[in-house]
Amino acid sequence: MTNPMNIGFGRAWLAAALLAVAATGAVADEPRREAPDALVRSVTDEVVALISKDKEIRGGNRARLLEVIEAKVLPHFNFAAMTALAMGQSWRQASPEQRKHLVAEFSTLLVRTYASALAAYSDQRFEYRPLRARPTDTDVTVSVRVLQSGAQPLAIDYSMEKTGSGWKVYDVMVGGVSLVANYRTEFNNTVRASGIDGLLKDLQAKNRAGEPPPAPGRQ
Amino acid sequence: MMRAVLVATLLALTGCAATAERDRRDPFEPFNRGVYRFNEAVDDVVARPVATAYRDLVPEPVRDRVRNFFSNIGDVFIGVNNILQGKFYDGFEDWMRVVFNTTFGVFGLHDVASDMGIEKRNEDFGQTFGWWGFGPGPYLVLPLLGSSTVRDGIGTGFDLYFDPVAEVRPTRARNALVALRVTGTRADLLDASRLLEQAALDKYVFQRDAYLQRRRSLVYDGRPPRERYEDFEDNPRK
Repeated sequence: MTNPMNIGFGRAWLAAALLAVAATGAVADEPRREAPDALVRSVTDEVVALISKDKEIRGGNRARLLEVIEAKVLPHFNFAAMTALAMGQSWRQASPEQRKHLVAEFSTLLVRTYASALAAYSDQRFEYRPLRARPTDTDVTVSVRVLQSGAQPLAIDYSMEKTGSGWKVYDVMVGGVSLVANYRTEFNNTVRASGIDGLLKDLQAKNRAGEPPPAPGRQ
Repeated sequence: MMRAVLVATLLALTGCAATAERDRRDPFEPFNRGVYRFNEAVDDVVARPVATAYRDLVPEPVRDRVRNFFSNIGDVFIGVNNILQGKFYDGFEDWMRVVFNTTFGVFGLHDVASDMGIEKRNEDFGQTFGWWGFGPGPYLVLPLLGSSTVRDGIGTGFDLYFDPVAEVRPTRARNALVALRVTGTRADLLDASRLLEQAALDKYVFQRDAYLQRRRSLVYDGRPPRERYEDFEDNPRK
């Protein structure tokens, strides 16, 4: 007897292989997975619950916070796509070796930035907006709003695309500011002045400077 | 107008790759960087230490009430700006917020309107000019006030001219209120400025680009015409 699940998985593998070649969010039949808005909600709730319970993280333990992010959040991000979009046309000039290093350094920087943002979390409430997308869409925006007293709610929009291994975030907009777009000018300026290797060097220096986690409470 | 904005944005976003040294959106960059350094110095010595002390010493419920109080005063002209933009329903809702928060919220100390589901909005004269179709013009860093553009700088002039807090007399009371408002605002930005330190390779550029993106989003009330990366000619993943 043929198990329909097996057919589904076979297709998913095929889709993953195709994606690896095309490196774009191609449409492919695959088993139903968690919808993108449900995914954002469950990950957000899980991470918030974890960090508000964890005494060490509350006390400013950055290493522990980074562990949580790496385990819970990182798998849902497509850092290669984020790096390519932030680089713009410079991405084409980069060799495969350079691309690998760029993705590694940029993801380190983004993860640390994310950790700083999470460290500032203090019991804000989240409001999840209904997803406005067709079931066939492969590129959606999931909107979450952070409610704050005496201020306009802050919108966080996750741009996500469907891949062979589930929905992946390729950009985050905070209050209308796209993180990926915001790096474009910086990256372009550096590449123009000192090439891809110059940008790599800058990113490495930035990441090394951030190495020893700053003492808790310091600005 | 839509097309003009779109063209300007495309130029701004893609054109910066083509032009050599200087960003088209920021022709006064050397001057702006000078003012930026001055602002940073003032922030290091006065604003941030005072704001940090305020955040560490004043309990959160009190800080919330301070924020609510000034937010309530601000809602008056947020309503005016919504009316000027033809968003009459939004404007009246902003004024309803003032009515509820001033009465049931005890002089605006409590944001009861938000609890009732009447949400706070973000408007100012710069956004109104943008809504009317004026582009941002060159980027500017204003002394003490920070990131701006020619349009938003003029808008800030109007905001300050009509600022109800400026009418408070005696002068000493007005100054105290202004100082409290600035301190509270800076304290709310402490996390954001730490984030900027963490995220940016070049703080000046990162802050400028974030400001320009943010203002564009605000002019369109959070729903700017969509720019898909796929639309950019230099999208490397096409």
